[in-house]
Amino acid sequence: MASEAQQGGLTEYIQHHLTHLSPHVSAGGFWSVHLDSLAVSLVLGVLFVLWFWATARKATAGVPGKTQAFIELVVEFVDGQVKDVFHGDRRFLAPLALTVFVWVFLMNAMDLLPVDLLPWILGKFGVGHFRAVPTADVNMTFAMSLTVLVLVIFYSFKAKGVGGYLHELFTAPFGAFPLLWPFNFALNLVELAAKPVSLAMRLFGNMYAGELVFMLIAGLLGAGSWALFGLGVIGYTAWGIFHILIISIQAFIFMVLTVVYISMAHDHH
Amino acid sequence: MEFNATLLGEVISFAILIWFCVQFIWPHILNAIEERQKKIAEGLAAAERARAELKDADARVAEEIKKARQQAAEIIDKAQQQANQILDKAREDAIAELNRQKAAAQAEIDSMAQRAREALREQVGALAVKGAEKIIQREIDARAHKALLDQLAAEI
Repeated sequence: MASEAQQGGLTEYIQHHLTHLSPHVSAGGFWSVHLDSLAVSLVLGVLFVLWFWATARKATAGVPGKTQAFIELVVEFVDGQVKDVFHGDRRFLAPLALTVFVWVFLMNAMDLLPVDLLPWILGKFGVGHFRAVPTADVNMTFAMSLTVLVLVIFYSFKAKGVGGYLHELFTAPFGAFPLLWPFNFALNLVELAAKPVSLAMRLFGNMYAGELVFMLIAGLLGAGSWALFGLGVIGYTAWGIFHILIISIQAFIFMVLTVVYISMAHDHH
Repeated sequence: MEFNATLLGEVISFAILIWFCVQFIWPHILNAIEERQKKIAEGLAAAERARAELKDADARVAEEIKKARQQAAEIIDKAQQQANQILDKAREDAIAELNRQKAAAQAEIDSMAQRAREALREQVGALAVKGAEKIIQREIDARAHKALLDQLAAEI
């Protein structure tokens, strides 16, 4: 890291770290993929699923092992949150919330790895760019929030019927007078669109900014002075500890808002 | 910020993750939790029941002890009464026996006194005859004067 920063300056160091691993990095366009985001999120997702699945298969109603107790703790926490917000059949919503919470948390937690660790290791294998935090990729956060939007629309139709939901789209909140239909519809569209955008941008913004701060502090380490190096170590540690709070809170907020949006879809205006 | 096919890939993997969690993870864990909750509830209920039963048993034991104590007291009372009865009877028997013995002794004393009196009377008779002989200086025909002597003896 130090050598990089010295060679190209802080700006180049940060720009390097903000570049995704993508086969068509120069070409751009929609049909290129960020392999780093995909790989990390998939690995974490599979880890989460396999770990929980292995524990769930062996789950006993007797005295639980430490792993089972921990997972039960998480499950009961999520179930409790969902129960508070949503009064209905939780057999889909609660596991959805669990998936969101654990997955987002794990992806956020990649932020706690030293910013240069994964890029450095993978650099040995000839990988030029690597961003380790999938939730600092706008594609990742929007992928989740758009899925949530689809679920919101699905549950709106399911709870109110096709006619009922369409009727609500055109008549709420101003009233059923035909002249007001366009305004109602426009407002509802904005409301609908605001959900995934705010959901995705909040998580993305937090994680992106956090990553950036880590990079800035890491830049201090390579600035060439022992005083700045010490400051960098202290700053990195402090920001890292503070970031534990941020990643947990962001994962929690994402989960709760997902549940709130989907449970709102069940409410009649 | 650039959107590309990553989004699509992530949507698909997210959907698969959700499906897997709904299908294979959540039900197992929740089942275990709910079963344990039931077990704990049953255990608590059993403990409560046992406590109530213990209280019942305690009450029964106290009742039994009270009854036993009462019975013991009754038995002691009865025994005391019986002892008193036996004592009374023994005393009565003793008194009766004493009286009987006393009566028999009295009778013997009476008969002996009678006999002594008779003997004394005879001796007095004889002494009187001897005295009279001495007085009149002659032999008195004891047979001739027997009636007189008997009369004398009876008068003494």
